[in-house]
Amino acid sequence: MPKDEAGVLSEIKRNYILRKLKEGQRGDGRTLTAFREISITTNYIPRSAGSAYVKLGRTKVVAGIKVESGEPFPDTPNQGVLTTNVELLPMAFPTFEAGPPNEGSIEIARVVDRGIRESKMIDLESLVIEPGKKVWIIFADIDVIDFDGNLIDACTLAVVSALRSAIVPGSKEGSKDFQLPVRSLPISVTMVKIGDEIVADPDLEEEQLSTARVTVTTTEDGHIRAMQKGDTGFFTLDEIRKAIKISSNTGKQIREKYFQ
Amino acid sequence: MGTASDIKLIDENGLRIDGRSPTELRPLKIETDVLDRADGSAYIEWGGNKILVAVYGPREAYPKHTQDIDKAVIKARYNMSAFSVDERKRPGPDRRSVEISKVISEALQAAVMVEQFPRAQIDVFIEVLQADAGTRIAGLTASSVALASAGIPMRDLVVGCAAGKVDGKIVLDLGKEEDNFGQADLPMGILARSGKIVLMQMDGDLTEDEFNQATELIMDATRRIYEIQREALAGKYRAMAIERGGE
Amino acid sequence: MAEIKQIVMPGDPIDSSLGKPRNGVYKCGDQQFCSEYFGIVQISDQSIDIVPFAGPYFPRRGDKVIGKVIEVGPSMWTVDINSPYYTLLHMNDTPWRANAGNIKKLLGVGDYVYAKVMTVNEIKESWITLKDVGLRKLEGGHITSIPAPKVPRIIGKGGSMVNMIKDATSTRIVVGQNGLIWVDGEPENVMTAISAIKMVEREAHTTGLTDRMQKYLEEIRSEKNGNSI
Repeated sequence: MPKDEAGVLSEIKRNYILRKLKEGQRGDGRTLTAFREISITTNYIPRSAGSAYVKLGRTKVVAGIKVESGEPFPDTPNQGVLTTNVELLPMAFPTFEAGPPNEGSIEIARVVDRGIRESKMIDLESLVIEPGKKVWIIFADIDVIDFDGNLIDACTLAVVSALRSAIVPGSKEGSKDFQLPVRSLPISVTMVKIGDEIVADPDLEEEQLSTARVTVTTTEDGHIRAMQKGDTGFFTLDEIRKAIKISSNTGKQIREKYFQ
Repeated sequence: MGTASDIKLIDENGLRIDGRSPTELRPLKIETDVLDRADGSAYIEWGGNKILVAVYGPREAYPKHTQDIDKAVIKARYNMSAFSVDERKRPGPDRRSVEISKVISEALQAAVMVEQFPRAQIDVFIEVLQADAGTRIAGLTASSVALASAGIPMRDLVVGCAAGKVDGKIVLDLGKEEDNFGQADLPMGILARSGKIVLMQMDGDLTEDEFNQATELIMDATRRIYEIQREALAGKYRAMAIERGGE
Repeated sequence: MAEIKQIVMPGDPIDSSLGKPRNGVYKCGDQQFCSEYFGIVQISDQSIDIVPFAGPYFPRRGDKVIGKVIEVGPSMWTVDINSPYYTLLHMNDTPWRANAGNIKKLLGVGDYVYAKVMTVNEIKESWITLKDVGLRKLEGGHITSIPAPKVPRIIGKGGSMVNMIKDATSTRIVVGQNGLIWVDGEPENVMTAISAIKMVEREAHTTGLTDRMQKYLEEIRSEKNGNSI
């Protein structure tokens, strides 16, 4: 990507996108609620317990699952542990810097984690080796390798896909290896507000033009499992209601198209 | 949300574990100008929460590369003191407090007229001395009062309020047990007069219909909390005038 | 009873039938103005201003301010004027003959100046000057501060309030528009003057303050006379 694209959007581009939006169209021809093309490759890293390489338009992320035995948290002695971490790699964008996670990557990881956790996707109670002493710990790590907007949804898709393909190494603890038990299929849909319009799956240019962001994660039953508003603008209550509807419809479409 | 349990959180009369009705707030009290050094400050007690907020600035942002030539940057720092929870909390920021600091900063930035202060930063230090449930919305509510008392121009006051789901019912302002064993929590930050939503997070399990019920409770309670914020700010100036008149 | 001026919060609508909305308001609807501040409504010259109870000082060209030197460069001083932004004083904008690289002996860190704001640009960078009548380095005395929005109350109509305090306490007082105030005189008198200034700060939002101040200063004076007998 040319360096100048990493900074502020040019006036010409800005006006073009805004004009298109007024006609109900996106700069790249999408409708307001349409996602970019999604591609999911599972078992991308065979050495991990489960993995997925996800492309969401030009945004690319790799999720890898590692499963290790360890101690449970004291307040949940009879549950396995899930931890999610996102690395914004310097290779993904000119202004990303190496180093400890910043507030941006922490927020993404926590929103992704919340969506999966609250959807009860993983049956953590089935991940106990020795009650109160030893449980399976699921590490979900995500490398962001190419950035063109909407990391929350790309990362959720990647972790969900990787978890669905993950094998727990039970043989290391005296039993058999087994497929990680999953019970639901959470899909997050992130939308931003540009002017008065709500658009789903924003690319980087749209993110730069937007004033506020909202993520709604739903499960197959259409229930809301996690939400997060971000950025310094605002939403009206009607806009949030609309966003919830968009998320549950789009979530359904994504499940049908990519997870059958 | 927390794990399922056998604890009954709503009794046969529809009352909650602390005796409240589903639409009732926990006791709420706000004071302003509780710190001398800060440019503005506030103290809030909300249920068992005890939270201090100090505002410093606007002041020139340092280091210089953090300056925005067009506007001030709001840096809220949400921090839980070591003694604020049952088990000692290791001091310093963890991932949870980094995220909360971010969403509170963004919510306040929506209310403050940051464009009046190019190159500046406004620090909002939120110290949770005792944590019950709902510390982020209590901290946000107090932060907006502290900013107003510091004379910082704002479009509106920000009110924080939450609703959630407990024993399958939608209730206002979760208490500690309800937060631990409930089925959903929906904290929101709202511009008091316009009703615009500047902070929203949710975790748990809500249907669309339940979300609408929850926001109805929140919007209604926002008015009550807003009155308490106004009284915290204006009350002492009125009291002073009456005192003077009594001479 | 001391009457209180109308208190407003950020976002409160302003009744524009009382005058033309001017300072401390923003447009919050087609025909509607709202307050930016927690403060009081003040109506003068058919205009409505919202005066905040507290808040930062913003340099405006021509303001006379009191500032504290916080850094000395080769040819410039950085001066803290109780504002979000530091200001700069160049050696050529002083009445002194200065040599670049050796200006520390003229003004050092911690020294106070009474200066005039010369220019302010759109990103709030400003420069001050000492070249005008009455501008100078402030020697001795005591510095106190009040929120800048309350400076007009300390000065009073045509300087009435500050002159009353000066006369009653036999002190010299310089009020900077940025809220810093320099008071010089006998230590005891300085303390009395400062307590009078603090009273104005506390009660700036009430009416009838001039009368109450007169009473307060008279009481102090008679107490002092009584004690000295």
